[in-house]
Amino acid sequence: MSNAYLSLSQVDMAFGDNEVLKGITLDVKRGEYISLIGHSGCGKSTVLNIVAGLLKASSGGVIVDNREVNAPGPDRAVVFQNHSLLPWLTVYQNVEIAVDKIFRGKRTAAERKEWILHNLAMVNMSHALDRLPSQISGGMKQRVGIARALAMEPKVLLLDEPFGALDALTRARLQDEVIRIQSELGNTVLMITHDVDEAVLMSDRVVMMTNGPSATIGQVMDVPLARPRDRIALAEDKVYNHCRQEILSFLYEKQRKVEPISARTSASFAGKEKVAA
Amino acid sequence: MTDIVEPLPVTRAAAPGRLQAWAQAAVRGFLTHVLPPLVIIGFLLLVWQVLGARPGAALPSPVKVVQDTWELIAHPWYDHGGNDVGIAWQLLASLKRVAYGYSLAVVVGVSLGVLVGQSTWALRGLDPLFQVLRTVPPLAWLPISLAGFRDGHPSAIFVIFITSIWPIIINTSIGIRNIPEDYRNVAKVIRLNGLEYFAKIMLPAAAPFIFSGLRIGVGLSWLAIIAAEMLIGGVGIGFFIWDAWNSSRISDIILALVYVGLVGFALDRVVAFIGRKVTRGTSAA
Repeated sequence: MSNAYLSLSQVDMAFGDNEVLKGITLDVKRGEYISLIGHSGCGKSTVLNIVAGLLKASSGGVIVDNREVNAPGPDRAVVFQNHSLLPWLTVYQNVEIAVDKIFRGKRTAAERKEWILHNLAMVNMSHALDRLPSQISGGMKQRVGIARALAMEPKVLLLDEPFGALDALTRARLQDEVIRIQSELGNTVLMITHDVDEAVLMSDRVVMMTNGPSATIGQVMDVPLARPRDRIALAEDKVYNHCRQEILSFLYEKQRKVEPISARTSASFAGKEKVAA
Repeated sequence: MTDIVEPLPVTRAAAPGRLQAWAQAAVRGFLTHVLPPLVIIGFLLLVWQVLGARPGAALPSPVKVVQDTWELIAHPWYDHGGNDVGIAWQLLASLKRVAYGYSLAVVVGVSLGVLVGQSTWALRGLDPLFQVLRTVPPLAWLPISLAGFRDGHPSAIFVIFITSIWPIIINTSIGIRNIPEDYRNVAKVIRLNGLEYFAKIMLPAAAPFIFSGLRIGVGLSWLAIIAAEMLIGGVGIGFFIWDAWNSSRISDIILALVYVGLVGFALDRVVAFIGRKVTRGTSAA
């Protein structure tokens, strides 16, 4: 507990009478890459939004670097699923708006410019600084979204299904780049995903969520694979496939998506299998 | 999908070939875009000429209109003092009133639109009022504003203001309400304060809606000024029309109508042009 950089303790979330999350407890170490996986509608994004401060938990708390989180802030930068670039700003300006706001007064204009260019170079977007979002592809938009988040120098980087809207090839390339960047910068990352391969490939630990309502953490699995990881070599790897297997069996046997009426029973069963993180 | 930006292929055709292609495109553009309106206008003028040239026709034919009004067409800037000034001065006087009333409507309309778009309470309180008042015809406001201001000039400006403000308010508030949640979230994460949010997110995000309100508004204000000026007198194209009617100068009226139409068209285009410049990218996203 003491060495946790990001910790969620007994987080409950209810929208009116509808209890979405129940007793989410998770400790994340500094520099750790955590994936949150679960069926759609189970409340994964709600967890992320609570960490981001965009939603307020009904009870329980979130602590980042020994400080309680109760409002959004750049220390928990979010990469949104649909990139959320401002369409009237160019690629450069989309990063600039964040950097200027956060580092004004702390860094000179030249330093800020340098920093914006550096982050855009990191995601290989230096060639399109003056393009508008409508003029670049979906993959490029997501790169800019990632650059904007990284430029905030977040303590925790929150990725909300960052590759969900991309085609398979673009997705693989972007995953590789995020892995590379994370290994360079050592960011603490919390990523929402519903892609089993993505979770295993990218994470140090995979957190599996039970189905809602009253969703909670069903199982936490370490991914004991050495880095750097090579997606082609891993396809044959025993440990990799075992991890995949484990998640698949959780999602499709224990937490098979069922009709809403019986979902409650299945969720409460899964609660008993909860493994401490 | 590729993340590598390729330069646009540049055709390196021989110069005469390019010239020929350009000429072809120009001819095609003329045939598809310029010719149809020319044909229709020519046809209508012909019909009008035939009808207007009959003995005992109530309205003058186009040729007669041009003959009658040639002084006005040739010398738009003459000034004989009083109300006896050229048609350019008349138009300018009307445009000035529109500029005052419309500018006021833009400032107040966008502000009220932002308020109503931001606050559900303000929306509930003000929306019924807006919905009823916006259906009041422009000229119905004139007597009450004359009573209030006791002068024709501010009354005309007020009529412009009150006519053009409604679409501006309504469109602005719709634009504000339609700002995607994502943009709000981005603003929250980087902690923009209220003023920064207003200037950097809210206005640009709502700009396409605001500008469609502004465009409707400018059209309405031009509609209203003509009618208002007919009643208040003085200098202005509306009064010019009314004056011409009183002295049976039908040709002058027809000429004025052409100018009023052209100016209204130009106003619409100017606002649309500014809108396109300001909202670059936003509407395409």
